[in-house]
Amino acid sequence: MTTVDKPVDERVAQNHLATRLVVRPEIGALIGALVVFLFFSIVTDKFLTMGGVATWLDDSATLGIMAVAVAMLMIGGEFDLSAGVMTASTALVTAIFATQVGLNVWLALLLSLVFALGVGALNGWLVVRTGLPSFIVTLGTFLALQGLNLGVTRLVTDSVQVSGMRRADGYASTGFVFASTFDIGDTSFRISIIWWVGFAALAAYVLVRTKFGNWIFAVGGSAPSARAVGVPVARTKILLFMTTAAAAWLVGSINILRYTTAQANEGIGLEFQYIIAAVIGGCLLTGGFGSAVGAAIGALIFGMARQGIVFANWDSDWFMLFLGIMLLGAVLVNNTFRRRAERVRR
Amino acid sequence: MTALIEVDGISKSYGSVLAVRDVSTVVNAGEVTCVLGDNGAGKSTLIKILAGVHQHDSGRFLVNGNEVRFTSPREALDAGIATVYQDLAVVPLMSVWRNFFLGSEPTVGVGPLQRLDRKRGKEIARTALADLGIDLRDVEQPVGTLSGGERQCVAIARAIHFGAKVLILDEPTAALGVKQSGVVLRYVAQARDRGLGVVLITHNPHHAFPVGNRFLILKRGASLGSFEKSEITLEELTRQMAGGAELEALAHELREVESAS
Repeated sequence: MTTVDKPVDERVAQNHLATRLVVRPEIGALIGALVVFLFFSIVTDKFLTMGGVATWLDDSATLGIMAVAVAMLMIGGEFDLSAGVMTASTALVTAIFATQVGLNVWLALLLSLVFALGVGALNGWLVVRTGLPSFIVTLGTFLALQGLNLGVTRLVTDSVQVSGMRRADGYASTGFVFASTFDIGDTSFRISIIWWVGFAALAAYVLVRTKFGNWIFAVGGSAPSARAVGVPVARTKILLFMTTAAAAWLVGSINILRYTTAQANEGIGLEFQYIIAAVIGGCLLTGGFGSAVGAAIGALIFGMARQGIVFANWDSDWFMLFLGIMLLGAVLVNNTFRRRAERVRR
Repeated sequence: MTALIEVDGISKSYGSVLAVRDVSTVVNAGEVTCVLGDNGAGKSTLIKILAGVHQHDSGRFLVNGNEVRFTSPREALDAGIATVYQDLAVVPLMSVWRNFFLGSEPTVGVGPLQRLDRKRGKEIARTALADLGIDLRDVEQPVGTLSGGERQCVAIARAIHFGAKVLILDEPTAALGVKQSGVVLRYVAQARDRGLGVVLITHNPHHAFPVGNRFLILKRGASLGSFEKSEITLEELTRQMAGGAELEALAHELREVESAS
């Protein structure tokens, strides 16, 4: 036993720098990102050139937008497996309205956003109403949307793609907002990078600095406790599903205006990439803990590794190995944290 | 003086199951009303009616002399009735001050620029906890790092701070060790001395007796009576709680089994 006559509080020992840092969910991802960055900067010549940076930032950007939204949803204690397919659905809705119906692209985008918010609200409503795991509910929406994407596209165009966006009214102005590039030096960067950084900053602000953000952590950490102190649990969760759907709309809009063609079978499997990026960024699978900035960094690791492997002329199969190891590492780190935080002393 | 809460012949059934039958008691300011009973005695149903989670089917439920029927926990909160549930008191992964203000966050700014007033929030949480004698070094630490007793206390301090006139504590000591239970009971006494009406639900008469002013004993949904402290002893309370006559019958039966073998 130590003596107690020193004026030092015996509880200060808990407050080491390490303990403080472990409480920051994005620390692990930040270290991981630095390691990946340094590694590929050293092994490949192109990684650290302006063109290289533009390439991996581009790859990270649309993934990052979704990872941030999915992270918010996961902090709120839910999953959305329909998020990947949703990016294709929104692109298809926009393309069909703009090219087949002949609406102005702005109007088509608006209708597509309404559709996305509707599906998001339906996901959320089904989850809070039935109390079923969101994994199952959104697996249902995932399959339904996948079928709708193919079915409706084939009905309307007799093929599995919608193209011809370039000829639609308002293509130029919408393209400027969602799919243009900006130059730094001689290198073009995609505008989606700005959307990604902006959305991550907004999400981080909402999570940490606003009342709604506080509610997100609460409904994910313990929904019954949150309800008991008057937090509108159902509304918070439904809004989170709608946010994820809106982010999918943003990514869908970026894609359709960039490639001007929407494939009906796109987006499948992307939902797991979003969840992986969010988990690498420090989100707990059980909800109540995580960070928007972390998820954005998770997406950055994803993009850097995927493009770095290409620059290094390796087989892209290695990317999956890398991803698996990153994910396991992240889950172990997150789990350790949760045990620390939830440990009950009696 | 009008009672803060008065229930008079209150009943509640779930389908054909009569969960609470004809129960009456009062909660006065500066007093502790203990609700005792075994599992399934109807304690939870009774407090859920008081907390606005369920509605009673018959009988009268008065708050400050006015008959009420809450349709949501929020309504009960607005009427000054705060409930601290045993395992639902806090969100473990959130910091102490965020838990303290959960659902009633202090904000600055207007409209979409409205944001949490983090500095004020931390300061108020620290002061409110210190007022109850809970000295926390860091209100930023996750509640999960606190002991079980301290967690209950954060919830109690929160209820008091947000103007609760009646504090309902659902089995606050059930999951705690002896020392932690003592800590929680001390805060119960402090809340009482500040003039709050406290409803303490427990199945431990040894925890109820030292702090209670009135003891409502429930059994299979029915009331065995609401006793003032002067009307009952700890021994009698324990006997009633344990099933009284039934326990004696059981002892008798066991003796017979033993003598037969």
